[in-house]
Amino acid sequence: MRDLTEQLIELVRRTSTDLSPDVQQTLEQARAQEDAGSAAQSALGTILENVELSRRNSTPICQDTGTPIFYVQHPAGWSTRKLREQIRAAIVEATQKSYLRPNAVDAITDKNSGNNLGDNAFPTIHFEEIEGDELIVDVMLKGGGCENVGAQYSLPNSQLGAGRDLAGVRKVVLDAVQKAQGQGCAPGILGVAIGGDRGSSFYASKEVLFRKMDEKSPDPQLAALEDRLTAEANQLGIGPMGFGGKTTVLATKMTGLHRLPASFFVSVSYMCWAHRRRRMIVRGEEVIYE
Amino acid sequence: MKQLTMPIGDDAIRDLKVGDPVLLSGVMITARDAAHKWMIETFVKKTREARGDDLDVYEAIQPLLNGGAIYHCGPVVAGLDSKQYKFVAAGPTTSIREEPYQGDVMRHFKVKAVIGKGGMGAKTLAACGEVPGVYLHAIGGAASLIAQTVSKVVGVYKYDFGVPEAMWVIEVKDFPAVVTMDSHGGSLHAEIEARSKRELDRLLAAML
Ligand code: SF4
Repeated sequence: MRDLTEQLIELVRRTSTDLSPDVQQTLEQARAQEDAGSAAQSALGTILENVELSRRNSTPICQDTGTPIFYVQHPAGWSTRKLREQIRAAIVEATQKSYLRPNAVDAITDKNSGNNLGDNAFPTIHFEEIEGDELIVDVMLKGGGCENVGAQYSLPNSQLGAGRDLAGVRKVVLDAVQKAQGQGCAPGILGVAIGGDRGSSFYASKEVLFRKMDEKSPDPQLAALEDRLTAEANQLGIGPMGFGGKTTVLATKMTGLHRLPASFFVSVSYMCWAHRRRRMIVRGEEVIYE
Repeated sequence: MKQLTMPIGDDAIRDLKVGDPVLLSGVMITARDAAHKWMIETFVKKTREARGDDLDVYEAIQPLLNGGAIYHCGPVVAGLDSKQYKFVAAGPTTSIREEPYQGDVMRHFKVKAVIGKGGMGAKTLAACGEVPGVYLHAIGGAASLIAQTVSKVVGVYKYDFGVPEAMWVIEVKDFPAVVTMDSHGGSLHAEIEARSKRELDRLLAAML
């Protein structure tokens, strides 16, 4: 099995320093929509300037390089133990090179490990065996500020008048956006999972954030709700950084899971504008960075 | 665009109103969760005894904080091994976590400007009125851009808190921010919060 440590370091570098074009494009559109001379427009201007600068200098877009979350899809025959070792080695090296900030803090002793390695969930790595002969590595850097404003609701919620249906889902998602204010570095991207248990629900709400910015849910009902939620969240007027303005949410991504008859969870993962996620595909000798 | 230089005088602070863009220059100190807890417990409330280098650090930071600025930031720093420190990425972190401490830290050290993101609450706003001081909002995530305004890393205290939590003394030139809480009781955050709540209630009352 080939050693991919170098390629993984490059993947992390790109993720941390080079914002995906689809995210940048929505930020540019948002800037064009805000009132000329407003604090909102100037915040978006600074954000875009920073994106360019980070790309040019190969420095982190944001200093909070978050929890590195990997989703690895591998053909039969790959050793996930070796892949895990390589990913962990790449994380240490990327931290050395200042692409990542040392972010792994032991919750009991309060000690920062200094090299971004913690327990088995830091970095978080999910493996899945797939058909075919391509290895696909997706990585997301999920910052703490936006992670802290994520929320999980158990429906029904009488306070919000939210029942166990899509109308109820709409209400709690809007509530989560209002509670987040600018704290998660608005404008954000919403990952929403409906159903599951508490764990699988949050997991799915993150996974759905890998979709392209213009990619809609394959379920027409959810696709319509995604658009509606983005539009209504923007009516809240929270704006970039919570300065007020038209852009609070750039996109909403939704997915449904099976649930127990007794449970109806809605999980909202809030992703800040610095939506750092990238993909690498290994096809024989070839390595492609998307 | 208003220019502010640390140490900042009372008149300059009173002159600032919510919405004013500013450019900061001079020396500031980064401090976040561990540093605020440490300052409050060891020197303000004195519920924890000073130990190790605590008193030396206190003496060193006191003159810098008097009229100075605290920056809520956990930077990416290069040169950790050689101690030739350089800020690579240094955007603001969420400020509200310091709400239980910030007002008392401002009063104790006479801190005039608190810089971060997301805004703070009533306790800090009250301290802004008394000290007087302001809360300045930097652009969250604009880490490479802000790092370029850091012309020099003067030193670091409490390195054992970890790189993000340590107290970095930095010299900045034209560090950009916006006043979102002023010394006259104004808070953009309280305003936006109330307005968005009204809009939320309206949306929730509507039929799907
Ligand atoms: S929320 Fe995102 S952009 Fe804001 S500080 Fe955290 S990681 Fe950076």
